[in-house]
Amino acid sequence: MKVLVPVKRVVDYNVKVRVKSDQTGVELANIKMSMNPFDEIAVEEAIRLKEKGIATEVVVVSIGVQQCTETLRTALAMGADRGILVQTDVTTESLAVAKVLARIAADEAPGLIILGKQAIDDDANQTGQMLAGLLGWAQGTFASKLDPQGETVNVTREIDGGLETVALKLPAVVTTDLRLNEPRYASLPNIMKAKSKPIATKTPADYGVDMTPRLTTLKVTEPAKRQAGIKVKSVDELVTKLKEMGAVA
Amino acid sequence: MSILVLAEHDNAELKDATLAAVTAATQLGGEVHVLVAGHGCAAVADAAAKVAGVAKVLLADDAALAAALPENVAPLAAGLMAGYDAFVAPATSRGKNIAPRVAAALDVAQISEILSVEAPDTFTRPIYAGNAIATVKTSDAKKVITVRGTAFAKAATSGGSASIETVGSATDAGTARFVGAELTKSARPELTAAKIIVSGGRALGSSDKFHEYIDPLADKLGAAVGASRAAVDAGYAPNDYQVGQTGKIVAPELYVAVGISGAIQHLAGMKDSKIIVAINKDEEAPIFQVADVGLVGDLFTLVPELTGKL
Repeated sequence: MKVLVPVKRVVDYNVKVRVKSDQTGVELANIKMSMNPFDEIAVEEAIRLKEKGIATEVVVVSIGVQQCTETLRTALAMGADRGILVQTDVTTESLAVAKVLARIAADEAPGLIILGKQAIDDDANQTGQMLAGLLGWAQGTFASKLDPQGETVNVTREIDGGLETVALKLPAVVTTDLRLNEPRYASLPNIMKAKSKPIATKTPADYGVDMTPRLTTLKVTEPAKRQAGIKVKSVDELVTKLKEMGAVA
Repeated sequence: MSILVLAEHDNAELKDATLAAVTAATQLGGEVHVLVAGHGCAAVADAAAKVAGVAKVLLADDAALAAALPENVAPLAAGLMAGYDAFVAPATSRGKNIAPRVAAALDVAQISEILSVEAPDTFTRPIYAGNAIATVKTSDAKKVITVRGTAFAKAATSGGSASIETVGSATDAGTARFVGAELTKSARPELTAAKIIVSGGRALGSSDKFHEYIDPLADKLGAAVGASRAAVDAGYAPNDYQVGQTGKIVAPELYVAVGISGAIQHLAGMKDSKIIVAINKDEEAPIFQVADVGLVGDLFTLVPELTGKL
């Protein structure tokens, strides 16, 4: 079974983003970019499936600017077999991305598509569900465990009240949550080896997808800041204060 | 405009997340209908009909809808959308699972986790873990929206007298099957609905200590119990306790953070709480920058003392 893993290039999760003073977006100049952490988990899971002999090939896809090649190389260094870059300078919205991925899925015929539950830039949490919907496939979102059983895969999902398990007929789409696994670091030899792994470059037009955004961002602002309050010296003072504020009876 | 709101429920009870979604839908302007999709869920439809502002309840009762599998619910909802201008779902794990699939079927770009309705086509929503707020305008004729529950007031659960209409049968897509759920059983209030939350962090040091110190304080306050991601990752508390950007977003009247340093990740999930109390031994901890009342010291002596004095 082939596994397809879409990966997104985003602002590194350690970067504290700053809103631009003209409110057009966040500051992206000279900012470290990395693979979306949830997608890293997806790559790791796909590689583990290959190591277990369940997956035969791991194909990674990234849709975006030329520099997404670096993101693909990271995935290849972790152990993916080949990459596809769908190059576009247009702002990538989940729906358009899902359409491109659906076309790639039609070409590649993977048994599983594993991707992050959300990207840490736009926090949309849509692409996997949209992709499954467009393909008419089953979806296992927010996965904390993935257990392939021949023609089906059991996915344990993190839901509001606890955990839920669904059995999905393959092919299926799975989106990763944080506890699915801990992604490996690429070793130096593997980083070197990744340089010679193939990356095909395509454009959205190759897949007949119109990337024109449906949403316009009118402005981006800082969230309302919370003012630090007071410090109290004892539990008695804390209890008195809480009573004053009406927080406890 | 007419709006279809997806009800959050467990086939027995209508969940509060629905009420915030109804409020958001009302702000879009137009007639608000609620879709109750499930199995043996007539009581949920009755409850939804009483919610203020709801004009009609659509009841889809079918075994294929019992577990709210998106493979079965989304086609039903997308089909019903022929008669509506907007689809509004709570941004719960269920709403997030279903809404994008409806959006894809309608060829609409979804707007996730809205914080406010600025105009019928313009909304604010958090990006970058809530470190920035984007105001977005959609050009789609139909809208698909998920609503952050803590950002909207809950619609009243009485005062409405909506009619209940049974809608056509659902079909089982046959691609997914519900196997089982392990739901955390607790006599305490649900995290996202609680008026008071006591949360513990990594400083608790173990699962035993977490329960020994956090639980009595929570019980004394009638509070729900939460945890930081660090505490969950360390195995001190179950995953569904997690408050934060990757866990639950909460905004109770009172949030007590015990032994939580206040990583951005955690703050993103609780900074809209009305009153924040922090107990931490490190006076430089970032949690004190958002706390209304801070107490610096050893939680293992302070928390039992606080529990005793409340």
